[in-house]
Amino acid sequence: MKTLATKRYHKAAPLFLVLLLLAAITGVAAVTTSSPATAATQVSADAILEGEKLFASNCATCHGLGAQGQQNIAPSLVGVGAAAVDFQVGTGRMPLQMSGPQARAKQVQFDQGQIDQLAAYVASLGSGPAVPTAEQVDGSLGDPANGMQLFRTNCAMCHGSVGGGGALTQGKFAPSLWETTPTHIYEAMLVGPQSMPVFNNANLTPEAKRDVISYLEEQRQPSAGGLKLGAIGPVAEGFWAWMVGIGLIIASTVWVGARSS
Amino acid sequence: MSNPDQTPHNDAPESFKDPGVPYHRPRRADVDPKAAKRAERQVAALFGLSVLGTIIALWAYFGLDISDDIASIQQVNTMIGVGIMLAMLGIGFGAIHWAKTLMRDHEMVEERHELRSSEEAREGAIQNLKDGVVDSGIGAAANGVPRRGLLKGSLITALAIAPLALLVPQIGNMGGDWNISKFRHTMWKQGTRLARDPDGTPIKASDVTIGSVFHVIPEGLNELETHKIEEKSKAVVLLIRLDPRDLNIQPGREDWSFDGIVAYSKICTHVGCPVALYEQQTHHLLCPCHQSTFDVANGCKVVFGPAERPLPQLPIALDSDGYIVAQRDFEEPVGPSYWTRLKTPAVASTGEEASS
Repeated sequence: MKTLATKRYHKAAPLFLVLLLLAAITGVAAVTTSSPATAATQVSADAILEGEKLFASNCATCHGLGAQGQQNIAPSLVGVGAAAVDFQVGTGRMPLQMSGPQARAKQVQFDQGQIDQLAAYVASLGSGPAVPTAEQVDGSLGDPANGMQLFRTNCAMCHGSVGGGGALTQGKFAPSLWETTPTHIYEAMLVGPQSMPVFNNANLTPEAKRDVISYLEEQRQPSAGGLKLGAIGPVAEGFWAWMVGIGLIIASTVWVGARSS
Repeated sequence: MSNPDQTPHNDAPESFKDPGVPYHRPRRADVDPKAAKRAERQVAALFGLSVLGTIIALWAYFGLDISDDIASIQQVNTMIGVGIMLAMLGIGFGAIHWAKTLMRDHEMVEERHELRSSEEAREGAIQNLKDGVVDSGIGAAANGVPRRGLLKGSLITALAIAPLALLVPQIGNMGGDWNISKFRHTMWKQGTRLARDPDGTPIKASDVTIGSVFHVIPEGLNELETHKIEEKSKAVVLLIRLDPRDLNIQPGREDWSFDGIVAYSKICTHVGCPVALYEQQTHHLLCPCHQSTFDVANGCKVVFGPAERPLPQLPIALDSDGYIVAQRDFEEPVGPSYWTRLKTPAVASTGEEASS
């Protein structure tokens, strides 16, 4: 501690602290969770039975034993369909880690087999949207140009024009879509998780949803213009220009004007 | 407090004295040959960095392959940029470092010359002006030069009207069109179907499930020959279905919605941004520009932000084929609050039309 206390007056200390701060910011931004791909599977009575057991031990505390929900705690899951379960559990949003403005994606708690069993159980409670097939979510079959028009009309106001995500009210936010699997993107449009509205097949047809996925996959390429800075708009870009850009200019000016020792 | 024997500030000098050139402190490179040698090497290294940068930029331009994918374009752009940066900064920083460490740093004094011109030059200038007045004949006739009233008058006329060539087109373009009802009315008419943006297909009530949001344009907008963008920017609507139990229907608007389906203008009443960030769980609509927040469950009244009044609601109904149609136009002007001053007569007149 004593050496630390004496070193704090070292002339490199401010630079070190700034670099430390930048490293911390970068580190926080880099913490993202990825989700495994999903595959459509056959629904069997065994799967429903296994799913019911999993549900009773992992979900029933909040959603109730019959998945009928509890007032002001958790919604009913009757009729939400397999797609909703595959999205919520498959991205790690459920089981909920803690209550807050919105459930956040985190490490997935179940393997894909267990998720499919849970989905099969919930789907057996009432009809709802099913998990899309691999062909429905294959972006290479879609039209990214049409997907861009649809995305910019229906999605860009929250998720940003290239899917970088953005802020909502009171701590809620629209997440970035660059890491989301095509299946989860499709399911999110279909079921409208949390704050997100529903884009059912009458609004965006399955082909239109595939076009949107195709457009989003195009955005995962590196940008030709340089750093994207998260593509979340003027806040990140302004921070970069004012703090990093002008900071470097001021540092150079100070150095130019300083007398040589 | 006051002391007659002692006038205050009597120790202060009459004026500040010139402190002179500060004490010359030699730099390390001045006294230590090793430090001078080190500085020389640093400068040479900076120039060498510049050479390296030039080589990097040229190598990136000629050596790196640009194929169709964006990643390779980004790589080439980045490497050329880094190369140019090193090339320029290396020269600049090297030159400054050279000047700061190795060139002489003796203090110099340079006297400032007086700003005022000499008396002779000032008198000469005034005399020139006076001679000009006499020679031009603007003033009284003198020295055999006649008085040139015609030239004086025509010059003043020319100077006076010359600005009109600039001003008339500018001012003339303002306020040429005082048809304010264009702002008050949109494309929506009785029976216009609500259609999807951008493809323009009509929407059935059964398509709009609970929690759904449709971005809506009037049917026929895409077929407009002129002013399509203007009409779209006024007429865009957000169609939302709430659980009917969550929807508090506003007094006087009992028949404006259908089974939880409501349609509101997408143009913010603050400064006209498209309000489209709908949060399904809170039923709040957020404007991305200034965070005005509207509560869809309660007539889109403002719950946060700078907007002054609720979003205008479009009265909707179903036609015989099950498609959602407009009952009539908005009952108030859409968009920024400036137009609220037009609101009262508009409501009165269209209300009569609706009941007739």
